[in-house]
Order: sequence, then structure tokens, then C-alpha cells
Amino acid sequence: MKRAFPILAILTAVLLSYGLYQALVVAPTERTMGDVQRIFYYHVPSAWTAGVLFFVNFLASITYLIWRNNKADALAVASAEVGVVFCTVVLVTGPIWAKPVWGIWWTWDLRLTLTLVLWLIYVSYLLLRRFSTSGQTPVIAAVLAIFGTLDIPLVYFSIWFFRTQHPQPVIGGGGSIDPRMLHAFLVNLIAFTCFGALVCWSRYRLEVVRRDVEETQALESLLEPRSAR
Amino acid sequence: MSIGATLTRATLGKDLRLEWRSKDAINSMLFFALLVVVIFSFSFDPTAEESRRIAGGLVWVAFLFAAVVALNQTWARELRNQVLDAYRVSPAPANSLFLAKTIGNFIFVAVLEMLMTPVFIVFYNLRAIGPAYQLVVVALLGTWALVVNGTFFAAISFRTRSREIMLPLLLFPISIPSLLAMVQATSSILTGEFSAKFWIVLLAAYDVVFTMASLFLFELVLNAE
Repeated sequence: MKRAFPILAILTAVLLSYGLYQALVVAPTERTMGDVQRIFYYHVPSAWTAGVLFFVNFLASITYLIWRNNKADALAVASAEVGVVFCTVVLVTGPIWAKPVWGIWWTWDLRLTLTLVLWLIYVSYLLLRRFSTSGQTPVIAAVLAIFGTLDIPLVYFSIWFFRTQHPQPVIGGGGSIDPRMLHAFLVNLIAFTCFGALVCWSRYRLEVVRRDVEETQALESLLEPRSAR
Repeated sequence: MSIGATLTRATLGKDLRLEWRSKDAINSMLFFALLVVVIFSFSFDPTAEESRRIAGGLVWVAFLFAAVVALNQTWARELRNQVLDAYRVSPAPANSLFLAKTIGNFIFVAVLEMLMTPVFIVFYNLRAIGPAYQLVVVALLGTWALVVNGTFFAAISFRTRSREIMLPLLLFPISIPSLLAMVQATSSILTGEFSAKFWIVLLAAYDVVFTMASLFLFELVLNAE
């Protein structure tokens, strides 16, 4: 398992640089939007990665509640933190694209609002973990993660009632797309998924090591009370 | 009557009696909501037509902020003399405690709403153009939505440092869909421009989902010490 980590790291580096080349050089310039459309190759993969990580957080939280597995909790921390970072990337790149194309930075449209609410929910999750004084932080954090996930469909339907301004997904829809654009997009989608997995994995390992160190220190101070002083 | 129901009734009766004698929660909520009303009217300077459009949002934001005041006191009362620890070691079902607290908070916030609604009507010259009876439904469902999650998150937030601040930080993001539904339903009834049906259904769904989730998970939170 440990050997897989450098392999994933190299794969991610290769895919990301290939994806960058595809997105900036190979993919043709969009006719109406111009070069700013290229942000799409990073915006959508980030959104996808954030979504996957939040889903991993949900699964890890449930796993923790059922089996009380500490590794599942470490994974929950890692995926929520990295997911918030990717979600922030989405929320920042979106307005950069929207200003020249829509003429406004922000609109209270379905997808935008949903992303913002997701971001808020997971930031509150991280805050709870940070501020908790109880020894049972993993339990209450996992409970909050479940509440957050239950909230998502409700948020979706509540905002669905407003008019949707966000461009509808081009792929799979009726619209036609240049194959080179699709290629650049897919490469970046895979690259970002690997990137997200890589960062989440490193954060997970860090969390596991941090807990080990804390545990060892606690044990040592118990065994040798004099030297600890 | 089952043990759970007896327990719910006993806890609820105790909380109501305590509140009736001290009137801590209701007084602070009332004054807080009044302050929100006054400060909002200074910042918006609403004319009659304008106010009808924003009143839905205003009313519910005031109630939400005021409800947090009461919700924060929910569990603090049980910390004195280790009442909560005693509860934990007793074989009493955790959910009856949760239900008692939730119903208690529901009553406090409902009383607040009944007392504050005339103030809103006077200050903002409100008159419902749409079907006014729906406002009662929205108020009942909306209050339950606020209170059921609020009581649950209060039990979570009092396990943190700076617990008074933590509750709104946890409660507000999750409450966004219910708040949106309450505000939109109230506005559409007051202006009479749209039907509030969709929002009422959404509120009911929100209530069902989170009541079930709270009842399912409360025991974990109560025992997480």
C-alpha cells in the first residue's frame, strides 16, 4: 500500500502537466467566450473532486459510527479539509469566469448557491472539530457530517425553485463540443481526481502519524512522570 | 402510558415550570427580537409596499436570532448538579429527553412568535393579501424546523469551547433550506403573488427528515462525553 503512494504521486504529476498542456495549447479557443473559457478545464474537475471528497467524508463518518474505526475518522478529517480547499477553488474560479461572460461576479443560481451552502456546511464541520473539547469529537463530527449530507437534497430542491443561470452540462447534453476540448477536459478531470486523492491521502497519513505521536507522548508522560517534568 | 412518554411529560413539565418562574428565556428572546425589529426598520426605512416584500425575511431572521438565545440555554440548565450525567446512567430512553427539550423550545419560540407578530404588524403595516391561514401552517412547520435542529445542535455545541458562539455556526448552514422555505412562503402569502404550496411541502419534508435523523442519532450525542 505504501508503494502505491509514490506511484500515484508520479501519475498525478504527469497527468496534471499533460492536462495543462492540453488545456492551454491543444484545446481550441472557444468562439464566443474566448480564452477565459479555458478556466472550465479546472473549474469543473475541482467541483467534481470536491463532490467526491465530501462523499468520502460521508462514507467515512458512517463507517466510524458503526465500527468506531479511528482510521475512518482520520479519513473523514482529511477528506473534509481537502474537499473544502477544492470547493474554495470552485468558488474562486467561478466568478473569474462569470465576470467577463455573464457580466456579473455572482448570481444566486442553483449550482452556485448549492456549492456555497456545501462550503458553509463543511466549514462549520471543520470548526466543530477545531473547537470541540470532548474526547468524543469523532462521534459528534460524524453526526454533523450525516446531517450535512441529509441537507444537500433539501438545499437542492429549495434553490431549484429559482431560475437557473448556470450553463447546462455540455457533455451528454444536446450541445456539440470540439473533441480536442473534450479530451483536454477529460484529462484534467482524471488528473484532478488523482490530485485530490493524493492530497487527501497525504493529509490522512499526516493525521494518523499525528495521532500516533500524541498517543506515544501521553503514554511516555504516564510511564515516566519525572522526566516529563 | 409508556415510560418514555411519562419521562417526556415530566421533563417538559419541569422545564415549563422553571421557565414560568424565572421567565429567563422568554424575556431575553422578546427583547432581542424587538431590538432586531427596530434596528431593521432603521436600516431599511420600509414603505408599506416595500415592507410587504421583505417582511417574510425580516420576521424569520428575527425569530431565528431570538430562538438561538433560548436554544443556548436548553442544556446549560442540566449541567448544574450533574443532572445530565445522572440521566446518562439511568435506563431512561434518550429520545424522551430530546423530545421534551424540543417540545419545550417549540413552546417558548411559539409564544415569542405570538407576542411578536402584533409588533411586526404595527411597525410594518402588514396585511396578508394571499390566504392568511397558510401563515399558521408555515409558522408551525417553520418553528419546528428551527427548534428540532436547534435543540440537537445545542447538545453538540455545548461540548465545545465557546459554546454560545458555536450553536449558530452549526445551525445556520444546515437551516438554509428551511429558512429559505419559511421566508419564501411567508412572502408569497403576504404579497399574494405566488402559491406557497411548494415551500410548505418542502418545510414538511425538512421537518420529517431532520426529526427522524435527530431521534436516530441523539443517543450517540448524549453519550459522547
